[in-house]
Amino acid sequence: MDLTLKIWRQKGPQDKGQMVEYKVTDISEHMSFLEMMDVLNEGLVAKGEVPVAFDHDCREGICGMCSLHINGEPHGPDRGITTCQLHMRMFKDGDTIYIEPWRAKAFPVIKDLIVDRMAFERIQQAGGYISVNTSGNTQDANAIPISKHNADLSMDAAACIGCGACVASCKNSSAMLFVSAKVSQFALLPQGQIEAADRVRNMVKQMDEEGFGNCTNTGACEVECPKGISLENIARMNREYLKASM
Amino acid sequence: MSVLSSSIARKVAMALSALFLIIFLIIHLAVNLTSLFSADAFNEASHFMGTNPLIQFAMQPVLIFGVVFHFVMGFVLELRNRGARNVKYAKFNGAASSTWASRNMIISGAVILAFIVLHFIDFWIPELNTKYVLGDMSGVLPGEEGYRYFEELQHKFANPLRVGAYVVAFVLLAIHLMHGFQSAFQSMGFNNKYTGFVKAFGKFYSIVIPLGFIIVALCHHFNH
Ligand code: HEM
Ligand code: SF4
Ligand code: FES
Repeated sequence: MDLTLKIWRQKGPQDKGQMVEYKVTDISEHMSFLEMMDVLNEGLVAKGEVPVAFDHDCREGICGMCSLHINGEPHGPDRGITTCQLHMRMFKDGDTIYIEPWRAKAFPVIKDLIVDRMAFERIQQAGGYISVNTSGNTQDANAIPISKHNADLSMDAAACIGCGACVASCKNSSAMLFVSAKVSQFALLPQGQIEAADRVRNMVKQMDEEGFGNCTNTGACEVECPKGISLENIARMNREYLKASM
Repeated sequence: MSVLSSSIARKVAMALSALFLIIFLIIHLAVNLTSLFSADAFNEASHFMGTNPLIQFAMQPVLIFGVVFHFVMGFVLELRNRGARNVKYAKFNGAASSTWASRNMIISGAVILAFIVLHFIDFWIPELNTKYVLGDMSGVLPGEEGYRYFEELQHKFANPLRVGAYVVAFVLLAIHLMHGFQSAFQSMGFNNKYTGFVKAFGKFYSIVIPLGFIIVALCHHFNH
């Protein structure tokens, strides 16, 4: 199929940037979206132009690196997937496709379609951990009784790959889904109790300082999240936060 | 305002003020509905609401604070949230993942606010003037029999433009609550096996309460 691409090009963090139009031809419907981008870039390199910079790593839907806001939605029109898992059969011959970076003040553009997601890292560092002595006499985690129900919910929350699609999809650029997944995965387990109050307080504080917006419960994040992280996690985080503030 | 320095605290405060308004609307509608059945009952209820010291000097200031807090905070959140995305998307397909109502609370809210201003000019400021400036607490028009409230109500709803504005505002209130009702529970951390019920009841409330206000307005308009 032949496609028209409108892609955000920005030379560096200080550059103003703009949408630039490209044509690609003979794209197979079996290609992944990133393979289509590779075809585009090979063409650009052959012409002596600078290829479009975009993030990717595993290309199997587990690392969360590939981002891309495609036709107005993070990771494009399909559900429950990352961009590397998006197939070109979701598009038709002759389509025009908008490709933009995640847009949020807290995710500044580094180059073209690559944004700096270190804000997530700093939120994690503010409390997304548990204190376990790992110096050789670690307690066997399997020896700690945990209800199956909570273990499952914790595992679901831990499925978050930190991709940032929740922020990208949110009209408020809110990071609540990501932060709530990270808070929940520990809040549901006995190992997470010791730092529970400090964790939620510090992570929310860091989230606010990074400049993410306020959640208004539109639910867009849950729909766009490739890992199906549920809004229940946000409610849980709010409860944890209220508990910690009392 | 250090208690409101965190995004979650702001959200919870927003939800609490909204829940207060939700309860207030039920009481307000109950009083309005009496006007459909009996002018006397409406007069009695209005006079009680308008002169009872507990309602006038305890509930009313709380209500005013609740309304003002809610819309001021609404605007503050909206501005902050706009600032959180400093470069806009060339293409943003919000409808793919969320409802119009949820993305446009500020629009439905602004229309409700405009209505509240109109409502104050229509009913509340004249009431304050009569009661506290002119000092007439009787609730009776000079040279007339009985309380004045019912007659004033009918008089207001004679104008089709006012009734039209009233209807539009309540349709937007319904849209505001379609998202807002369940959102307030989510903000307060309430999301469990009863959430299905909260959502269903929220839809019911969002339609029935504004519809009640609209019916009262239309009945008085056409039965005048
Ligand atoms: C009687 C009138 C009103 C009622 C019953 C009402 C109800 C609600 C409810 C239930 C919510 C959801 C709260 C939450 O998610 O935590 C809400 C949110 C909101 N309201 Fe109102 N509201 C009213 C008037 C207004 C007015 C006058 C404005 C003026 C701008 C406004 C602006 C907003 C905004 C912007 C939000 C979204 C903020 C957020 O979700 O964090 N509302 N309202
Ligand atoms: S919550 Fe979902 S969308 Fe957000 S960072 Fe985690 S995996 Fe990505
Ligand atoms: S490249 Fe790893 S998830 Fe897409």
